[in-house]
Amino acid sequence: MEPLLEVDDLTVRFRTDAGWMTAVDRVSLAVRPGEALGIVGESGSGKSVTALSILRLHAAPTTRMPTGRIMYGGRDMLTLPAREMRAIRGGEIAMIFQDPMSSLNPVLTIADQIGESLRLHQGLDHAAARQRAIDLLDLVRIPDAARRVDEYPHRLSGGMRQRVMIAIAIACRPKLLIADEPTTALDVTIQAQILDLLRDLQMELGMSVILITHDMGVIAEFARRVMVMYAGRVVETAPVGELFRRPVHPYTDGLLSAIPKLDVDVRRLPAIPGSIPDPTAVILGCRYSPRCPMVQAACRTEVPELVSAGPEREARCPPRVAMLGAVS
Amino acid sequence: MAEATATILASGEAIAARRRFRVLRKLLHHRSFMVGFIIILLMVTAALCAPLTGVDPNRMAIRFRFRPPQENWWFGTDQFGRDLFTRTLYGAQLSLWIGLSVAVLTGVLGAAIGVLSAQFRRLDSLLMRIMDALMAAPAILLAIGLGAALGPQTHSVIIALVVAYIPRTARIVRASALVTRELEFIEAARVAGASSLRIMFKHLLPNASGPLLVQSTFVFAYAILAEAALSFLGIGPPPPAPSWGNIIAEGRQFAVQSWWIMLFPGFAISLAALGMNLLGDGLRDVLDPRLKVEG
Amino acid sequence: MSAARGHAGGRVVSRSIVKVRDLVKDFHVTRGRGGPPAVLRAVNHISFDIQAGTTLGLVGESGSGKSTTGRLLVGLIPASSGEIELFGETITGGAGAPALAKVRSKLQFVFQDPHGSLNPRMRVGDCIAEPIDIAGGWSRGDRNDRVSELLETVGLPRAVAERFPHEFSGGQRQRIGIARALALRPDFVVCDEPVSALDVSMQAQIINLLLDLQEKLGLSYLFIAHDLAVVRSIATDVAVMYAGALVEQAPKTVLYSAPQHPYTQALLEAVPRPDPDRVRSAALGGEVPSILNPPPGCAFAARCPQAMDVCRVDRPAPRATGEGHVVACHLY
Repeated sequence: MEPLLEVDDLTVRFRTDAGWMTAVDRVSLAVRPGEALGIVGESGSGKSVTALSILRLHAAPTTRMPTGRIMYGGRDMLTLPAREMRAIRGGEIAMIFQDPMSSLNPVLTIADQIGESLRLHQGLDHAAARQRAIDLLDLVRIPDAARRVDEYPHRLSGGMRQRVMIAIAIACRPKLLIADEPTTALDVTIQAQILDLLRDLQMELGMSVILITHDMGVIAEFARRVMVMYAGRVVETAPVGELFRRPVHPYTDGLLSAIPKLDVDVRRLPAIPGSIPDPTAVILGCRYSPRCPMVQAACRTEVPELVSAGPEREARCPPRVAMLGAVS
Repeated sequence: MAEATATILASGEAIAARRRFRVLRKLLHHRSFMVGFIIILLMVTAALCAPLTGVDPNRMAIRFRFRPPQENWWFGTDQFGRDLFTRTLYGAQLSLWIGLSVAVLTGVLGAAIGVLSAQFRRLDSLLMRIMDALMAAPAILLAIGLGAALGPQTHSVIIALVVAYIPRTARIVRASALVTRELEFIEAARVAGASSLRIMFKHLLPNASGPLLVQSTFVFAYAILAEAALSFLGIGPPPPAPSWGNIIAEGRQFAVQSWWIMLFPGFAISLAALGMNLLGDGLRDVLDPRLKVEG
Repeated sequence: MSAARGHAGGRVVSRSIVKVRDLVKDFHVTRGRGGPPAVLRAVNHISFDIQAGTTLGLVGESGSGKSTTGRLLVGLIPASSGEIELFGETITGGAGAPALAKVRSKLQFVFQDPHGSLNPRMRVGDCIAEPIDIAGGWSRGDRNDRVSELLETVGLPRAVAERFPHEFSGGQRQRIGIARALALRPDFVVCDEPVSALDVSMQAQIINLLLDLQEKLGLSYLFIAHDLAVVRSIATDVAVMYAGALVEQAPKTVLYSAPQHPYTQALLEAVPRPDPDRVRSAALGGEVPSILNPPPGCAFAARCPQAMDVCRVDRPAPRATGEGHVVACHLY
């Protein structure tokens, strides 16, 4: 199947006090229509910057123009004129963010905020937009939608605001929804509600979803295919079942072992030693090598390439792929 | 463990080295700051070099009065034949000294009031109402009133200006302290049994030093301008001691025919205020943590 | 590390170093328009014990009152009513202040935010030594030796003492915060979400550190967290809070394998597992109720799938349902 969105060799660099840092280092990914892709990584992994770059939302003054290509609808979005980019944002590709508190404008009503996208992309008039907003609030399961639609954000709880954000995002039936840590700031029981909602909406609207998170549990629940990022690079991609059953990259393996388990008692969690590298630090070779339990001499000097580790699987660790291939 | 140790130290060191002189480097690259800094530096140097002229600023020479700027008298002479160049230089000493005293005293007292208000809510209401009352009148009018009441002395000018400018400084320190108070390290100190005094001076105050410093540079500039105004009205340092304001005040009657008497000290005042403002702007740009994005 | 409590088999009975009875904390929130201040009941009549050498995990979502409870226990906030007894001293009530002063050196607190918990203007060594400096009476040499000792205990090199906090990562700063907490050799440490702000790969390191310290130094913890999996990795007993009330309390394995309160069951069900084959039941509907105007009866009644009429009227009292297992629910 032809991918809906294809990111090819994307590199994004930022200028900081301490010099240039590469936030995203030659990242490639593809999303098929209707697919749920999960991007998982910790801080400094570059997952959020990747997402923002797809919609060219990064802060202009501090970034050089990203290099690489982002193909959507047969065109490279990085070279699209601003006007066309605006048509895509919200219209065909939408995004929701982590913090519902600051993502809504406190001085506009819900109707205004949902309606903004409708008026912009579909040319609806005020009354039609308001009615559609009520329909959308019903769709995202906010009770008493007709009354809520005229309220201001401060009257809503975190979970409700996140639903409003989702309503705004899906208002124009986008083909792709990018969700950047949509449930991280929410309570566990509310998170479950929102994940259920996203899954149902995805099926009803046939949208593709890119879900970005640091939570492996959320990924396991939601994604069909997973991409693991570390320090700006993709280190592994795999179908979700494969990733959890047979992680290939030592980082994925270490991460899965290190996360606290809810269903078993573990005497001591096997922690990954060291810490995530400083983004401006220059590391030769594999960025995970300072912490890797199976590091070899070559790892410290040569940047490892992504190699195929099976059907739909890739890992940025040739030694390990070779080892696993030899065994199986 | 050794390798981990080395890694921690190395990464920390690298970060530290980049950040240790970061502020200094940024200041040196900030154009406004450097211009202001050089202006102030030159003025202070000039003031300190006043004795080098070898001329007594108060020596009258009636024969040479009202001379326009020329070879022997770079800024001309006033109605008593005194060399205005020398008087301006000595005036710099007094005016800059007043500016510095006011800035320092306002800083110290304003900071004390600011942290006390932030730490003790009940005291806060009282102190802030007093500050509001002081701010109700324009600072200059307040200073004039106080100065007139205290009599024409250098120290009365300083006191009057300090009282007039304390409220703004206090508010700024208070605002910073209120934010700092909500941070967890304050709670950590309280868990360990820290007294309010310790919290105020070891925690709140040091974290307010940035805004305080910036505000003090502005107070310095205001003070120099205000001193001129007060002297103009006869409430400044008593003659014959030269201050910029004094010289202008004395030269007022002769403004038309002997324009140079008022010009040079006036120019000096403007330059000093400008320099301090540029310095303060630069400091604020560099120290303000929110303005982190650079092109 | 299993501390038997009142076990009929005649084993050693551990002493309760922390006893909380019927604790209440109200906050008075001034409302605009000059109305009477509203009362926010953040902690609603909770009772529990903590045994020496054990860890009580306190879990709950936002508005549960768990963080407030932690702060009440070390005297950072005064209680509105109820009793807190620490090491035999009652720190609530009239004679609370001198009692607190007596036991203060045995208490400590580890904070959540590694970026806000250290004074950016103080060197790391001074941050760690602050409890020592406040207590007073230490010579310069002893003080500095202790700082070095503490840094080593938490796995950081000695040279760190001369640096400033901003030079370190979140995980390292958390270690510094823990070192500070250990300065005066406390017996009881309240840890308020100590790993929530850290990356996943760092959480395990800090949890392991806390476990090691507990073993080595005989510490007792109140471990506050919203992440049930994190709590499982460190707690001996677990207490669950909802909207200010303590709804269930049990030894760890019992709580996770056989939870009784409907909220605990829903909470455990809702947590996503790193297991793609797991199918989760539909999420619990509704929202956490406003603690500003709590409805009568059980706080969970509005969302409870097994709510009965009595639940909406009467607040359920805590009842023992098994070995160390206490539930506040009309079902039992």
